[in-house]
Amino acid sequence: MQKDKVSIAKLIEDNKKKNRYKQGLIEKAVPIFLFITALISILTTIGIVFTLLFETVTFFDRVKILDFITSKEWFPFFEQDPKFGIAPLISGTLLIALIAMLVAIPIGLAAAIYLSEYASDNVRRVVKPILEVLAGIPTIVYGFFALTFVTPLLQKIIPGLSFFNALSPGIVIGIMIIPMIASLSEDAMSAVPRAMREGALALGSTKLEVSLKVVLPAALSGIIASFVLGISRAIGETMIVTIAGGSSPNLTFNPTEAVQTMTAYIVQVSLGDASFGSTIYYSIYAVGMTLFVFTLIMNLIAQFISKRFREEY
Amino acid sequence: MISTTNKNKQAEPNNKKLQKPNVFEAKGFNLWYGEDQALKNIDFDIAENNVTAIIGPSGCGKSTFLKSLNRMVELVPTVKMAGEIQYRGKNILSSKFGVEELRTKVGMVFQKPNPFPKSIYENVAYGPRIHGIRDKVTLDQIVETSLKGAAIWDEVKDRLHENAYGLSGGQQQRLCIARCLAIEPDVILMDEPTSALDPISTLKVEELVQQLKQNFSIVIVTHNMQQAARISDKTAFFLSGELVEYNDTDVIFSNPRDNRTEDYITGRFG
Repeated sequence: MQKDKVSIAKLIEDNKKKNRYKQGLIEKAVPIFLFITALISILTTIGIVFTLLFETVTFFDRVKILDFITSKEWFPFFEQDPKFGIAPLISGTLLIALIAMLVAIPIGLAAAIYLSEYASDNVRRVVKPILEVLAGIPTIVYGFFALTFVTPLLQKIIPGLSFFNALSPGIVIGIMIIPMIASLSEDAMSAVPRAMREGALALGSTKLEVSLKVVLPAALSGIIASFVLGISRAIGETMIVTIAGGSSPNLTFNPTEAVQTMTAYIVQVSLGDASFGSTIYYSIYAVGMTLFVFTLIMNLIAQFISKRFREEY
Repeated sequence: MISTTNKNKQAEPNNKKLQKPNVFEAKGFNLWYGEDQALKNIDFDIAENNVTAIIGPSGCGKSTFLKSLNRMVELVPTVKMAGEIQYRGKNILSSKFGVEELRTKVGMVFQKPNPFPKSIYENVAYGPRIHGIRDKVTLDQIVETSLKGAAIWDEVKDRLHENAYGLSGGQQQRLCIARCLAIEPDVILMDEPTSALDPISTLKVEELVQQLKQNFSIVIVTHNMQQAARISDKTAFFLSGELVEYNDTDVIFSNPRDNRTEDYITGRFG
């Protein structure tokens, strides 16, 4: 026994001596390599922001920034006197995001509460992967689902609903986001320690009281994070709104009318034959910049809210 | 249902004047986790306004028994129970007995302090709130009396709205006791309440138990035999799911009748 110990110690010693140089090199190289990989994503972000910024500045050389913000009309394709007021695109985007969240938040949160607090392990094992499959469906499939299934269905319920409208893609984006909210919120709620549930149950709480008054508040910051990711996703969603939302920029909050979102406009221009260097060409960068600012604000609000309401344990 | 101190009118024994009425009476109680029998044929009476200690080596079923008294043991999905446990004369295992109602009367303090991630005030006010007390003045009063009752008021009165997780472990445990007191239970179950605490905090909790016994019946599971000897009136010794011996604490520690009890308290095993 004693002999073995000595020899193992010696073996380690020998190995160390042999590899000391190599080891030292690897130890130094690895952090540099990891730093470079981290740098790639940062540089890409900076590159994107700068491209957006430069082209946006060019756009505002041609169109007054005040008109862009205050004008209520968006008619970029008029030969004479095109109108570049971003308001209709913003209203279209927000309307659809709002409808999507009205669908996704209640259903997603209810599903999360069910999965985390009520479902047995067996049910959870089956349901969660199915939810995640829903999240993996390509958005173009959702787009046609909205156009060829949901819209006709809605037209039966709401007479006079136009073929392209905000309601149908809004609902379908909501459906698309449900698994994201359900899954992330469920993770946040499952992470709440069991001991807290037991403490509440031991005070005579019902299961619902435990879920809503203890687990939900304790998981709130994670839940809000899932909402914000959902909203960002809804604002940035392109394919569904391009297919089912129409392409008529409309300053309206009426969900039965056709609208155009910022993303759908960018697609429209990219697909068309706007010549390089034209005002229309530059307009998509200005719209992209607006979109970027919106998601940025959304993330900042989310960070603020989740810090404000965080219940630390 | 809410804030009545419930001294039950019935079940007052007039035959033996000295004996306090029982809050719990277990009769032939058996419990299984899946196929494993964790408790075997337990007959166990717990008297009012006493501190009853349950001692025994790990895995002997003492915590399981404690958790059976407020049916928290049912959180384990595979659990099966047979026999009877009466609380104030009613069988709590019967499906007619509402589990929320039972837990309102029978509070519990856990091994590790488990305050909610809310303010100190909200922690104490949680219980009364879910049982329908909303009036701000009443809640303020309840919070103050409960915190005083748990001997922590002076330490936290200036920081009631700070997060409970800023408190030390010992303070957190006393806050959990205050949370329990806030709904004025009849019995308080304590599952090794000091095992995660330092000696000074332990002493404070032990002193607190002595005070609480004036108004509450306390059942405490402990690994610490000196603790059982210091604070309890009666002590039960569990071994391998059986109640080996149950008697006045001084009898158990000075003159145990069963050899296994003697071996355990003298430190020959466990």
